[in-house]
Amino acid sequence: MRGYLPPVEVRVPATLGEALTLLAAEPGLWTPLAGGTDLMVVFNAGHLKATRFLDLSRLTELRGIAEDNNLLSFGSLSTYTDLRECRAVHQHFPNLVKSAQVTGALAIQNRGTLGGNIANASPAADTPPSLLAYGAELELVSVLGSRRVAYASFHQGYKQMDLAPDELVAKVLVPKPTGRGFHYFRKVGTRQAQAISKVCLAAYARLEKGCVAELRIGLGSVAPAPVRARAVEQLLLGQPLASLPIEAARLALGSDISPIDDIRATAHYRSVVTGNLLAQMLRELTQA
Amino acid sequence: MADQIMLSLKVNGQSHSLQVHPFARLLDVLREDLRFTGTKEGCGEGECGVCSILLNGRLVNSCLVPAVQAQGGEIVTVEGLADGQRLSSLQDAFLTQNGAQCGFCTPGMLLAATDLLQRNPHPDEAAVREGLAGNLCRCTGYVKIVDAVQTAAREAR
Amino acid sequence: MIGANSVRKEGRAKVLGTAIYTDDKFMPGALHGVTVRSSVPRGILREIVFGEGIAWDEFTIVTAADIPGTNRVASVVDDQPFLVGLGEEITHPEQPILLLAHSDRAEAERARAAVRLVVDELPAILDIQASLDLEQVIYSTDNLLKEIRIEKGDPAPIWAQAAHVVVGEYRTGAQEQMYLEPNAMLALVERGAETRVSVWGSLQCPYYVHGALKQLFGLPEGRVRVVAMEMGGAFGGKEDYPSVNAGHAALLSWKSGLPVRLIYDREEDLACTTKRHPSRTRLRTAFDAEGHLLALEADFVLDGGAYATLSPVVLSRGAVHVGGVYRCPNVRIHARAVATNTPPPGAFRGFGAPQSLFAIERHMDLCARRLGLDAVELRRRNFLHMGDTMATGQVIREDLDLPGLMDRALAEIHYADRRAAHAITNTESGPIKRGLGLAVFMHGCGFTGNGESHVASVAGVEGLSDGTVSVLAASTEMGQGKNTVFAQIVAEALGLPYELVDVACVDTDHVPNSGPTVASRSTMMVGRILEDAAIGFKQSLVQQGFLQEPYTAEAFQAAVKKAVAHLGRLRCYGQYHRPPNISWDDKTYRGDAYPTYSWGAYAAEVAVDLDTYEVRVEDFVAVQEVGRVVNPTLAAGQIEGGVAQGIGWGLWEEVTMKQGRMVNNQMTNYIIPTSADLPRIRVVFLENAHHAGPGGAKGIGELPMDGPAPALANALENALGPLRLDEVPMTPDRLLSRCEEVAHG
Ligand SMILES: Cc1cc2nc3c(=O)[nH]c(=O)nc-3n(C[C@H](O)[C@H](O)[C@H](O)COP(=O)(O)OP(=O)(O)OC[C@H]3O[C@@H](n4cnc5c(N)ncnc54)[C@H](O)[C@@H]3O)c2cc1C
Ligand code: FES
Ligand code: FES
Repeated sequence: MRGYLPPVEVRVPATLGEALTLLAAEPGLWTPLAGGTDLMVVFNAGHLKATRFLDLSRLTELRGIAEDNNLLSFGSLSTYTDLRECRAVHQHFPNLVKSAQVTGALAIQNRGTLGGNIANASPAADTPPSLLAYGAELELVSVLGSRRVAYASFHQGYKQMDLAPDELVAKVLVPKPTGRGFHYFRKVGTRQAQAISKVCLAAYARLEKGCVAELRIGLGSVAPAPVRARAVEQLLLGQPLASLPIEAARLALGSDISPIDDIRATAHYRSVVTGNLLAQMLRELTQA
Repeated sequence: MADQIMLSLKVNGQSHSLQVHPFARLLDVLREDLRFTGTKEGCGEGECGVCSILLNGRLVNSCLVPAVQAQGGEIVTVEGLADGQRLSSLQDAFLTQNGAQCGFCTPGMLLAATDLLQRNPHPDEAAVREGLAGNLCRCTGYVKIVDAVQTAAREAR
Repeated sequence: MIGANSVRKEGRAKVLGTAIYTDDKFMPGALHGVTVRSSVPRGILREIVFGEGIAWDEFTIVTAADIPGTNRVASVVDDQPFLVGLGEEITHPEQPILLLAHSDRAEAERARAAVRLVVDELPAILDIQASLDLEQVIYSTDNLLKEIRIEKGDPAPIWAQAAHVVVGEYRTGAQEQMYLEPNAMLALVERGAETRVSVWGSLQCPYYVHGALKQLFGLPEGRVRVVAMEMGGAFGGKEDYPSVNAGHAALLSWKSGLPVRLIYDREEDLACTTKRHPSRTRLRTAFDAEGHLLALEADFVLDGGAYATLSPVVLSRGAVHVGGVYRCPNVRIHARAVATNTPPPGAFRGFGAPQSLFAIERHMDLCARRLGLDAVELRRRNFLHMGDTMATGQVIREDLDLPGLMDRALAEIHYADRRAAHAITNTESGPIKRGLGLAVFMHGCGFTGNGESHVASVAGVEGLSDGTVSVLAASTEMGQGKNTVFAQIVAEALGLPYELVDVACVDTDHVPNSGPTVASRSTMMVGRILEDAAIGFKQSLVQQGFLQEPYTAEAFQAAVKKAVAHLGRLRCYGQYHRPPNISWDDKTYRGDAYPTYSWGAYAAEVAVDLDTYEVRVEDFVAVQEVGRVVNPTLAAGQIEGGVAQGIGWGLWEEVTMKQGRMVNNQMTNYIIPTSADLPRIRVVFLENAHHAGPGGAKGIGELPMDGPAPALANALENALGPLRLDEVPMTPDRLLSRCEEVAHG
């Protein structure tokens, strides 16, 4: 809606410490603002309740992608464009590159951040399935220090997160896959670009001696939050690639997801298509 | 009344300072406060791209940029593309190839295309279609727009 | 000049960003207007409650009681109020109730949310069937906004004896024009002894708005002024709606004495402005053993929303097109537009024809399957030819070559080869299935029936003091290229270079009523009048001794200069004359429904992914015969854009309604194609000069909307096998459920 501008207060801290102090002093009163591609849509529509904002965009501590032997560490302000332009990401995490490529379009990719995508907690977000598939961890910070949580346990329900009101998402840590890996990512959106997901499936498997030695499957838009397909993973772990129980996996999926009807797709469509993507992924895995 | 901020930015090379609401959309600052009306509004939700501009060298939707985040920014709008009356090669190609019909998507399209050619001077058709996918056009079916971008790329060769 | 790719007249301003659209126009001291709407579909308005926390005395407030003239929007039937008054009936959930204006836009928005309406709700009618069943009587005595019957021969005895009888039912959903510039209007009313109302807006039909404002304010001709600003697309969506928002803006200005801006944001525009009419078409056809069409019965119903608006004329075009491009001796067409408690739909490129052509072109493929014939062959056996009569009794007088048109489309898309190849690859186990489909169709040029005679359009040519020539017409530029084409036509008629002709600003104080900018009529109808006006202009220069033939451009320019200096003002007008061989009877729906038709054969290639039910259009060929093409580049642009909209309607664009309201009224949820969703649309013109328009030009604007949806549906069936593809859009969800019908028997 055109410029309904309620009074707002905005702070632009110069350091992370300053930002955390403010959050600690008045927890829950300050809403972090990163790239604004989620917040501004709601604000412009006149639906945003918050009136006090903490602009994180100048915090260099939250920027950059760092690499060490074992992992890549993404500052929460990393944009989709940063992901697409980083060689190490292409090398280790092709699914994350694909997530970034299919998010909105270029102008959104230039502003939208990984931290924002995670903390916005939309069930339809497109990086979470990839992060789940790669077993990512989050580094959360507050004035009291930092803590690490497994991303798989971060989302606890619709828009419910393991994130205290005085905490920020500082980093996303993604371990580098070792050994022989298999990566699969597919988003089914409302169109080819500038589209919200109706179903999104990302998977990573480590293969050893012709068997599935490690498998994580992340799903978007089929539950109140991004989820792992734990039952399916359980069923497939240790199975020989040559004879993966594809139909059994499809059945097991039923207990992993709880899709709903909304304006973009029916629950029925979502569950059929998720099953089809799973089967497609497993057929590719068979051939890996 | 809301707290205002003093916003300083450069638009098409010219510096401006003005008092604005911190969450005023950069789009409104440009259109209403500074009267750069070449940049349009089609949705206000980041979907259509008719508000696209370059902010610090990157393509952004100005409807989603709060003024506070444009502080100190360097902005290019459609008004900054021509050299006086001399059209840029993209503008010229949009004109001669009929890349602009109603013209409402054209300013954003030109900025997106400028950004694309800076990153990829000779895009194939698929690259043009991906590069412009955040800029909706309802008139052209995109054919003449793709042609215009590729014509401009050829002429720059 | 005609046939040249002249560069768009206003193109330079558009690429420079200096073209002035409505919201770009600066008006010092202007107030911001907002509209308070009902949110219930039907009820009686009892009370308007102005909530707490708003300084209401700072606002300009307009209710129905304030209206100085007639509270009815001038249209085909004057049934729609500008505002609903206390005690009156609300008939749809976006109905305007009152208007507010304030100098601060944010305040105006806040105030809008603070108004509460007390309404005694009534049961509502929300779809076609409920309206036909008269579950509630909400309009007149029968819920019918318009009813038409077209009869030719007598189908009754045929059904029992025909070798094949095929029935089908087809549905199409509403479609949003989604012009990139939402509706926008500025108004300034000067009150005094002589009240004068001026509006500047994004509008297709200045004289519709002019008429509406005269009636609203009860003012005579000369006191209303309408100016068409640069327009960011329209496609029919700014044909009748601007009469409403211009009235609203003007009322606020009249009450406040200040200029008023009434700019809709996207959500409001999507929720409350007009869309393509939803439709339901039932067809019954009879064939002999060789596949010749013997009889056709059509029951064509449009959902017309709460008021008649343009539904009667949309219905009539839809009804005339429902027989398609086929010869049929016995026809019964029954067409109805029914009322529902939803925002009134209106004009959208194609104007009823895409709905009925979807039905017949889908039905022809179904018939071919039932008859065991190839769909191409069945069409070939039944095409109209010169000398045949259409359903209204209109005789085809032009040298029509539909087989040639169809064969060209088939050749361009390598129909036979690719079909054979797909037949093999589709049996493989992968999820991708490919198919090819075809649609052959026509589009009547200009108004239906006596429309042109009623409007009696006038357009003219004026000499300017610098010796150049200016085109005077109220036809508006919405991107289709009218400025350019008019200049080309006049330049051609005068033998001048294109640069010496320009087009006057569309301002009702300055240009005559050349009729609305609709129905693909500008080039053909107004162009023809301009041609006459230009010749008259030249002759008067010659007769008055300013010019001698033959002449050079310089001599012409000098003559115009001299004449203007001498006479002060130099204008020449032309007016529409009904061609002698054309007749139409509006009571019986017999005669020449259109002066001529444009013809198309479109072919699509699709790939369906059976894992996701997503459809990709991999190739699209649009072959058409539109008479002489005035500007090939602009014309191709029209076709490409129209095809893109047709593909959108066929595959993705769905208006989701709940309780009579559009609930996906955001660009993120109403899916139009991006550049990544479309193939390169391939356009072929086959020229065949017809005599109606300038140099033989016919209408092209709407034609490309008609073919894509049925061509895509036919292609999908070719890819997937027999399937109930009787409804657009064919979204993945819908495709999945139709495939499951087959799987479950
Ligand atoms: C047109 C359009 C298309 C889009 N397409 C897609 C798409 O295809 N896929 C997709 O997944 N998303 C899409 N989005 C949504 C959005 O772009 C992404 O979710 C983006 O990553 C959000 O990041 P941001 O920095 O812009 O977040 P912001 O809007 O700044 O913030 C989002 C939320 O996260 C919180 N937040 C931000 N950073 C932190 C932090 N470091 N710590 C704690 N909380 C924080 C904010 O308080 C806010 O609640 C689209 C949006 C638009 C407008
Ligand atoms: S107006 Fe900004 S993207 Fe549409
Ligand atoms: S030219 Fe009209 S929207 Fe692109």
